[in-house]
Amino acid sequence: MITVLSSALTVVSALGGVTQADGTVPLQVDNSSGPTIDLPAIDWTSTAPILTLVVGAFVLLVVSALLRDRLPKPFMVVGTISTAVLSGLFTIPLWDRVTDGTSAPTIASALNVDGFGVLTSIAILVAIVLAALNADDYLRREQVAHPEFFVLMLLSGSGGLIMAAANDFIVLFLGLEILSIALYVLAGSHVRKAESQESALKYFVLGAFSSAVFLMGIAFTYGATGSTNFGEIRNSVGDYITFQNDAFNIAAVVLLIVGLGFKVAAVPFHMWTPDVYQGAPSPATGYMAGAAKVAGFAGLIRVLVSALGDRTNDWQPVIWVLAVASMVIGSILAVVQTDVKRMMAYSSISHAGFILIGLEASGHDTLNQKGVSGAVFYLIAYTFIVLGTFTVITIVGGRGDSNHSLDAYNGLAKRKPVLALVFTLFLLAQAGVPATSGFMAKFGVISAAVDVKSYALALIAMLSAVIAASFYLRIAVRMYSAEPVSGVSDGTGASALHIAPGARLALFISAVATLLGGILPQLLMHFTDRGLF
Amino acid sequence: MASSFTGSVLAATTQDLHKVAAPEYSQFLRSYLTVFFLAMAAMALVGGTLSLSRVIRPRNPNREKLEAYESGVDPVGTVWAQSQIRYYIFALLFVMFDVEAVFLFPWALRLEEFGVFGLVEMGVFVFILLLGLVYAWRKGVLRWV
Repeated sequence: MITVLSSALTVVSALGGVTQADGTVPLQVDNSSGPTIDLPAIDWTSTAPILTLVVGAFVLLVVSALLRDRLPKPFMVVGTISTAVLSGLFTIPLWDRVTDGTSAPTIASALNVDGFGVLTSIAILVAIVLAALNADDYLRREQVAHPEFFVLMLLSGSGGLIMAAANDFIVLFLGLEILSIALYVLAGSHVRKAESQESALKYFVLGAFSSAVFLMGIAFTYGATGSTNFGEIRNSVGDYITFQNDAFNIAAVVLLIVGLGFKVAAVPFHMWTPDVYQGAPSPATGYMAGAAKVAGFAGLIRVLVSALGDRTNDWQPVIWVLAVASMVIGSILAVVQTDVKRMMAYSSISHAGFILIGLEASGHDTLNQKGVSGAVFYLIAYTFIVLGTFTVITIVGGRGDSNHSLDAYNGLAKRKPVLALVFTLFLLAQAGVPATSGFMAKFGVISAAVDVKSYALALIAMLSAVIAASFYLRIAVRMYSAEPVSGVSDGTGASALHIAPGARLALFISAVATLLGGILPQLLMHFTDRGLF
Repeated sequence: MASSFTGSVLAATTQDLHKVAAPEYSQFLRSYLTVFFLAMAAMALVGGTLSLSRVIRPRNPNREKLEAYESGVDPVGTVWAQSQIRYYIFALLFVMFDVEAVFLFPWALRLEEFGVFGLVEMGVFVFILLLGLVYAWRKGVLRWV
């Protein structure tokens, strides 16, 4: 407080030129020298979705702190969802700007309003809504019903939205940190569970390390191009290189891919994923799998396709290797898992590989946006599927959030037929079975790869999809043919599975979206197939 | 005194190296040569004084020298004492206002340049931090248990 007061005093004395009692002039600010600061015009419509989330989070935090027990029980979840929906409504005028063709970088080129940013923003908002619906009952069941969970989710979502719209490395990094720091806390939000704390610490240490690597990549890019702005980097790459042999640029590209590859959990930067996904509270894991992946890919695609779009020779082979490694290793390691949350972690790694195919395809020809369109479609479809999957996992996990072995799913169809049916739908969608959005998503990225004659990648993708299908179907078979394990652990007996109204709604939304995405994909493709950048 | 002398010698050395260095080394790496020589000089200085003192100092080991405070109160208990968790919360609150000050100073120095816009922005910033204080207060953090 004292430092604040003294700084306020400094301001006052500097303004008035006040002399103190001993006759000395405390601090003279010479305003005539020094550069004038050009303040950019603030484009409020383009920042409205982000600001809505931030303001909503603050309002919810303060109101819940001030009124505490006097609030009705569903206050936080209703507040969170209405904030996210309001933020989604504010993206509509942005989409109008995209269709008008008047979209352009705004606020001193810090943000870019384009179709890509709007669509990935909406995917992140969907993740917030579905995870909030799922978390409401979970938090009360686990007796950790603190408002902070929802507030942190909104704040991390705002970071994701910043990443989705970023047009400058500094802005992208800020968004990444806002997203990540809130996620570290969310992973540890089950305060009485040691695994939750462990996962939070692992995620934090490794995440901070990857952020540092990413920052180093930004520094190298700046060194090589003299700018942090995506547009300027794209224009200057090639004629402002300090090193004759290009090493600077290649180092920058590699460091950037490492930093963002960690966030999207691509092999070989995936080591944190199984532990964190397993230990974090199930609704938080679902949110992480949805929103963090979307935001990470939004950053990766923006950096590689829009900033480094003229240097595809540098990054496209790297992405090829990452895609193949993620798909193959993710699928194979998932087969041997006995814990469903770990299995879903490896499955999310293999999904990251599939999305990287779209990125690799756009690396062959950045003007051909089919790869990026496929990746965005995949991200939106995957958000619904994975949030639905983790809602089921939360329900089956039962009290204590510990019932995650494969045995817990034995005979689920007899105990909860509808739940088992919905879960089967999500598993089939993840496996890429036709009539689900997962099929259209995989079809989109693989056909983009075939279009640019990347046949080897398409072949490996289809083979690893077959491997992945085996473990998705294994859960489904257990649900329908195995007998329920009698007296399933801690007293949550066979019929005791409780499905709260919020989780029911989340499952309904996810299931409908998954089916619609498979049967009427043109509803979504209408948006993703237009020029996104 | 010593550092300025080393500095000037180093400057001369690196300048000479600039003239004779092979052309394939870039200007960028070459400018780090000064850093390299300075680091070498620093290590030599520290190593030199420490080894010199080792040679000329008297050597008289005894038990009392191994204690944490050679002259003063005797330490009690083990070193793994637990510290109060509430200090951590105060540290957190302190960091909050410290960061606030970090942003306030540069803003205050250029107050007129930023004008009304800057004033409003800083008001928003301070207000958000105040929300944090309200939250901490309602959480009972400010009460000394």
